[in-house]
Amino acid sequence: MNIFKKTILSVLAFLLLIGNVYADKIKIGTEGAYPPWNSKDASGNLIGFEVELAKELCAIMGHECTIVEQDWDGMIPALLMRKFDAIMAGMSITAERQKTITFSQGYADEVASLAVMKGSDLEGMETSEGINLTKKSGAVKKDLKTLTKALAGKTVCTQTGTIHQNFLESGDVGKVNVRTYKTQDEVNLDLTSGRCDVALAAAVAFTDYADKSGKPVTLVGPTFAGGAFGNGVGVGIRQGGSDAIGKRDAQLLKDFNKAINTARKQGIISKLAIKHFGFDASM
Amino acid sequence: MDISLMLTSLPKLLGAAVVTLKLLSLSLLFGIFIGLLFAILRLNKNPFINKFAYGYSYLFRGTPLLVQIFIIYFGLGQVEYFRSTFLWVVFKEPYWCAIIAFALNTGAYTSEILRSAFQTIKPGIIEAGKSLGISNKIIFYKIQIPVAIRQSLPAYGNEIILMMKGTSLASTVTLMDLTGVAKYIISTTFKPIEVFIVAGGIYLFMTFLIHNIIKYLEKKYSFQ
Repeated sequence: MNIFKKTILSVLAFLLLIGNVYADKIKIGTEGAYPPWNSKDASGNLIGFEVELAKELCAIMGHECTIVEQDWDGMIPALLMRKFDAIMAGMSITAERQKTITFSQGYADEVASLAVMKGSDLEGMETSEGINLTKKSGAVKKDLKTLTKALAGKTVCTQTGTIHQNFLESGDVGKVNVRTYKTQDEVNLDLTSGRCDVALAAAVAFTDYADKSGKPVTLVGPTFAGGAFGNGVGVGIRQGGSDAIGKRDAQLLKDFNKAINTARKQGIISKLAIKHFGFDASM
Repeated sequence: MDISLMLTSLPKLLGAAVVTLKLLSLSLLFGIFIGLLFAILRLNKNPFINKFAYGYSYLFRGTPLLVQIFIIYFGLGQVEYFRSTFLWVVFKEPYWCAIIAFALNTGAYTSEILRSAFQTIKPGIIEAGKSLGISNKIIFYKIQIPVAIRQSLPAYGNEIILMMKGTSLASTVTLMDLTGVAKYIISTTFKPIEVFIVAGGIYLFMTFLIHNIIKYLEKKYSFQ
């Protein structure tokens, strides 16, 4: 064998080796801008509930993982373009998203809520504590009516491409003037500036902001779950297929489901949820 | 490629292109007055006045348009005192914030374009006016300004096209312009390539129109 062939063969062997290592490495995409689910610390490192949970799940699965940042509005397209293999970004499991991607079982769930600045005329809204939109009973319909009246003519702000936007545009609370933002940070900024009369997001996103900024942001109205708000937050994964990559994706879904089971049994999810949310949001 | 998505999103995107054109034309309208004013200030002999005009153009040409929009929209909105002034009525609206940012930005570039056009006017033209006994004021309004505008047409055409593309940043302050609506469609269909190709095509078509209008004007008002 001459030196030329040797070189080529060794390069090929090397590539094969890299290919195998690469196959075991999983990339997980997160937004890094939705505390306490996922965010960044002062030096730019990703932190939060899902970042820690992702590390735990990877340890259980025995995979080597890297967590990468991706803007919310490009999250699902980036997954489809194989920029990463899984989404853990506070993404609720909804029928709309399931047309394009698939989800693991839910690992955590918490409610959505409206928020206003203290002193807003919406503060005294009389509704029940929380409503579940999956079964629209008389009480739920009554609350939706109250909300429809209260939100009429108000500017309601929310993040683009979220379950919250879907709900506001679903017609459940009439025709509302919705303004959408790229990130939750920007929603918070415009809520405090007064450009938004009221905002809708995960309840913890507002309480976290109120705690950290000291701004008088307060929750109003009922908390929301079910219906347009989906069925908990799960790991988003590409739909499996019959080719090699499709099989790998299908396997990844199984692995995640198994790992979530294990993490739940060991109390890891509850522990992390209490640490980041202040209550047990695990499911 | 999802051709049917491209077809169904086309009318929505064309509707949004109207918003883009409105943003562009209002910004250019305000921008040209700002530009003319500052170009004249730049030619002023008083060092304070021309330094001030220079500073303005330096500031707005030296920082990204996105940063300018963010400062005007999110930045000013956080200043409590500012929110208590009458200006807040205007600045509360994302639409006007975007127009103000665009007008100030294009105004800075326009002032530079016009200034250099003023400076390239051949002294002979002005002298000719003077020898005919025309007053300085009339020379300025009837000779210098029209000649300067003609001289600056090619450069200004470029500026219009740059500004047209710049308006896509309006979507960052919640406006539903062409880019904003494209992003909105993507947020429910998760198909960025198809939607952005259609949006890009519309931008390209608008560029084509602007380019040809400027070309026509250049021919019409050529000196030859």
